[in-house]
Amino acid sequence: MLLRLRRTVKLGAKSLWMHRLRSTLTALGIVFGVCSVVAMLAIGEGASQEAQEQIARLGSRNIILRSVKPAENQAARSNGNTVQSYGLTYADAERMRLTIPHIEEVIPKRLVTLQTIYRNRTVTAQLVGTVPWYADVHPTHLLRGRFFAPIDMEHQHTVAVVDQQVVEQLFAVDDPLGKDIKIAGKYYTVIGLVTASGPRPGAQRIAPAGAGGGVAGNIYIPLTAFSRSFGEMSTRFVGGTRQAERVELQEITVKVDSTEAVLPTRDILEALLQRFHEKKDYQVVVPLELLRQAARTKRIFNIVLGSIAAISLLVGGIGIMNIMLATVSERTREIGIRRALGARRKDIILQFLSETLLLTLTGGLLGIALGLIVPVLVTYFGKMPTVITGQSLVMAFGISAAVGITFGLYPAYRAAHMDPIESLRHE
Amino acid sequence: MTAAASLGPSSAPAPGAGEAIVRTERLRRTYQMGSTDLTVLRDVDLRIKPGEYVAIMGPSGSGKSTLLNLLGCLDRPSSGRYLLDGRDVSRLDDDQLSTIRGAKIGFIFQSYNLIHQLNIIENIEVPMIYRGLAEAASERRARELAETVGLGDRLRHRTTELSGGQQQRVAIARALANDPLIILGDEPTGNLDSHSGAEILDLLDGLHAQGKTLVIVTHDDQVSHRAQRVLHMLDGEIERIESKGP
Repeated sequence: MLLRLRRTVKLGAKSLWMHRLRSTLTALGIVFGVCSVVAMLAIGEGASQEAQEQIARLGSRNIILRSVKPAENQAARSNGNTVQSYGLTYADAERMRLTIPHIEEVIPKRLVTLQTIYRNRTVTAQLVGTVPWYADVHPTHLLRGRFFAPIDMEHQHTVAVVDQQVVEQLFAVDDPLGKDIKIAGKYYTVIGLVTASGPRPGAQRIAPAGAGGGVAGNIYIPLTAFSRSFGEMSTRFVGGTRQAERVELQEITVKVDSTEAVLPTRDILEALLQRFHEKKDYQVVVPLELLRQAARTKRIFNIVLGSIAAISLLVGGIGIMNIMLATVSERTREIGIRRALGARRKDIILQFLSETLLLTLTGGLLGIALGLIVPVLVTYFGKMPTVITGQSLVMAFGISAAVGITFGLYPAYRAAHMDPIESLRHE
Repeated sequence: MTAAASLGPSSAPAPGAGEAIVRTERLRRTYQMGSTDLTVLRDVDLRIKPGEYVAIMGPSGSGKSTLLNLLGCLDRPSSGRYLLDGRDVSRLDDDQLSTIRGAKIGFIFQSYNLIHQLNIIENIEVPMIYRGLAEAASERRARELAETVGLGDRLRHRTTELSGGQQQRVAIARALANDPLIILGDEPTGNLDSHSGAEILDLLDGLHAQGKTLVIVTHDDQVSHRAQRVLHMLDGEIERIESKGP
């Protein structure tokens, strides 16, 4: 039986080879269908992984609160000298820390983008005034030296912890530890070096208009030192007018003790802020939710992709069935001859089904090969991340086989059930 | 089973002398044409002994092709019995009939019916594939058979490059592939000129000499001259039988 199978498959292969052009054109549908499935899945997976990584970096147990300018006030300009206060306050932070359950850490932050000077070099960096346990909540690791300690907070030491990207641009080959940098007219001693935490989502918004040139990275100083240099509140003069905006804390990051508690805690936080803030001058971002949304988006993308792929493969399969029906019709005589020489119906089915399967599997393999190349090109030229999973390859191959069997079965069946005597008389 | 160097006598034990290898009893074939029935073969009783050379002749519509198809297990009778080598094959299913065809029947057609995508050796091998023979064995036997029909030097040629006579010779070699019980021919010389036709008939004579049973449907008097018995058919029945002796 196995022998007959092997010989029949060889027969099918030979037949396809003899009609190379026709076989190639027929298989093209499968090739492109499979190629696009593999490529699109890789692109989708890459985008999804990148998005998830970015979100995960924000911390899946974190809730990020930001001060935002309340919408209504934006309309009320050009009213002479006005000073608006808005946003999160120290009191908010304290309240959260003391009254809300499930909260592990509360990290208040003050942010400002400005020039930092070392010797003769100047770099634009984001200054982050925060507390010593900042690293507990954010994905920054200490590389060298130390982060500032409670005692630095107590004494408002002018010490700074610099991240890698700033070091590269400001210090070049010099060792940053122990050196002094000048920020807004004051000198700070560098006591530690941390990893860069990637582009901060809030960075652009906080930077005043005209920061230009892009922010190199973060410099962390004790919150108390920040206040000493810049006052209790950050004041910003809106360019060209005489309005000022005052903000106490630009950001508070809250770390929750468990994943289950994140969303309920978010609700409590919102309620708390609502009670103490007249206007909606804050924004609540929950990375966990974003993660879940990202997963949902990915699922939808995969469904849409799957549908498109299914349709294109359906079309390809119908094309194959059409060609095989024509082939069977063309070879009616041959089928009659084989039957007369002892072929049973299943021998004929096997012959034509294996032809179709060979076609779709070869097309599928070619499609996979192409599908592996496309994401590489996309990553290289389009600078987009792509991830090829073994799962997608197996799936693509399985689809080719399924299409082959599904659309090859009917023509093969028809071939096998033709009456031998009629077939011998044909053409 | 090793292939003999020449065609050799059949290795299957022949039925006792006088016992028919082909026996039909009231064989009838009827077709439904709309509301009427068309009876193409009427209650044919036939006995063919092993090693006989039988010719079947008659005008078109006499039912000779239908009879041949039935004897070749390509078709099933509407009623009556057909015993091939002692076994009743009248009511077998398609799979069984196909297997019997491959094992016991060798066909030769008027238009040769070779598969043109295959070369000579591959054509001869076809029946052996369906018998489940391994590639080496079938190729060897095909080669031998090609030699015996005189085409040993053209083994890899495409069949389209051959003359009619040569193609028919390939067909004969193919018919012998599985060492069949009977060889059935449907106007084997119909498309051949007298010279090639005679060559083919010589070949058939040779098979007969080696003890093969031949049943040939023909218009060609040449065949009837060489046959031992000629069945003349008319309107679905055997009208008369001519016996010529061995």
